[in-house]
Amino acid sequence: MPARPNATLAARRDNLHKRARILQQIRAFFSQRAYLEVETPHRIPCNAPEEYILPQESTSAFLHTSPELCMKRLLAAGYAHIFQICRCWRKAERGRKHLPEFTMLEWYCSPGDYLDLMRTCEELLCALVPDEVLVWQGTTIQIKSPFERVTLSQAFTRYAPISLQEAMQDDIFEEVYTDHVEPQLGIDRPTFVYDYPTDMAALARCRPDAPHLAERVELYLGGLELANGFSELVDPTEQRQRFCATLDCMQVEFPERMMPEPFLSELRHMPPSAGIALGVDRLVMLLTDAATIDAVVAFTPEEL
Amino acid sequence: MYSSSDLKKGLKIILDGEPHVVEAFDFIKPGKGQALYKCKLRNMITGTRLDRTYRSGESFEPAPLEERDMQYLYQDEVGYVFMDTKTYEQITLLEQTLGDDRYFLTDNMDVKVLVFNELGIGVTLPNFVNLKVTQSDPWVKGDTAAGNNKPATVETGYTLQVPSFVDEGTLIQIDTRTGEYVTRVKE
Repeated sequence: MPARPNATLAARRDNLHKRARILQQIRAFFSQRAYLEVETPHRIPCNAPEEYILPQESTSAFLHTSPELCMKRLLAAGYAHIFQICRCWRKAERGRKHLPEFTMLEWYCSPGDYLDLMRTCEELLCALVPDEVLVWQGTTIQIKSPFERVTLSQAFTRYAPISLQEAMQDDIFEEVYTDHVEPQLGIDRPTFVYDYPTDMAALARCRPDAPHLAERVELYLGGLELANGFSELVDPTEQRQRFCATLDCMQVEFPERMMPEPFLSELRHMPPSAGIALGVDRLVMLLTDAATIDAVVAFTPEEL
Repeated sequence: MYSSSDLKKGLKIILDGEPHVVEAFDFIKPGKGQALYKCKLRNMITGTRLDRTYRSGESFEPAPLEERDMQYLYQDEVGYVFMDTKTYEQITLLEQTLGDDRYFLTDNMDVKVLVFNELGIGVTLPNFVNLKVTQSDPWVKGDTAAGNNKPATVETGYTLQVPSFVDEGTLIQIDTRTGEYVTRVKE
């Protein structure tokens, strides 16, 4: 038996207390707005194919990387306002802001689009920060509606040495984005980045007036990416094509080319909807002024 | 070979033919984009620091480094000469490679020399070394600005802060990892 109690774990007591309260506040927020809290299976036959998200195998199935497929099937069956707080798994993601097992808040509304998601994000954060000021790692962020809104293309023009188009042509999007753009987002007030190239939004609807752009939005506070959502793509044919294109890019061979068929077949019943995923651990980091994700969970994978 | 996902603080890899150590590391991944592995690297020969960002699926050659038990012999016009205690082979380390460690070498001291392709690129010294104070002004009473400390120079030319009661000729113990005074030593 160790001579002393686990000091790392004991030092997280304040943050874990705050975390529990934040979870209660989130549930109260959505219940007040008549959202139904749902639970969907963590272990599923296949995830939505995404080029850079690696699912964790679980014997003959996978752990979900996000609850989106099951939640959209609920939408298609007529559940108009739903939310879920659950664990998600993404293989090989570990860093100051990443855990391979993390907690996600997802909510969906129909009818709705990404503008509705932005408004709900504003209301949620304002409810969580009633005194309107959040200090995170030395940055003072005013939490007051409306938040800043900037398209991805504008964000590159404003902060990066090259344009979004050039960065994509030269295949250095991630490098330029993380070096120049991300650190500038959500500094004085939270920032929504919206309208992404369709290639970067596998499950999002295209803008009717600009089909090369998808109605996707990301929320940033203090340079930290907090949420990602979109106006949902509800066309099953186009969705299948996008999934196939992703699998082609990843050069996935035939036996593994599993498609989420129940999701695709029910998609045609889905009304115009919007959904968003928010990293709960990162939200707690912001609200507890924690520098790392390790400080806001009871155990990291290395501590097991 | 290492891959991007093996990158972490302390890993030693070959870059442009020279050994580099990862001094700081961060995993970043913009939403739905691909993962990036950001490293601060130090060239273990020249000490030059550089930033590198890698993507998934890149591979890295491990740096073939070897730690040899050696004895410090003497200083010549080129540098500091060490001898392998098993093979009697001699290796010379340059002043810039040793940095402040050169001040803590005493004759016949047993050290570990880090060797890359027959080139000595660093030493691990004993944690403590005893050196004689060769110069230190008497402490002026009332000089409170420096607390109770005063500067002193030891036989190898290294200057450090010592307590006021340490006089010239005193043998003192120094922590080679911090370069700081530890205690007086009875001869």
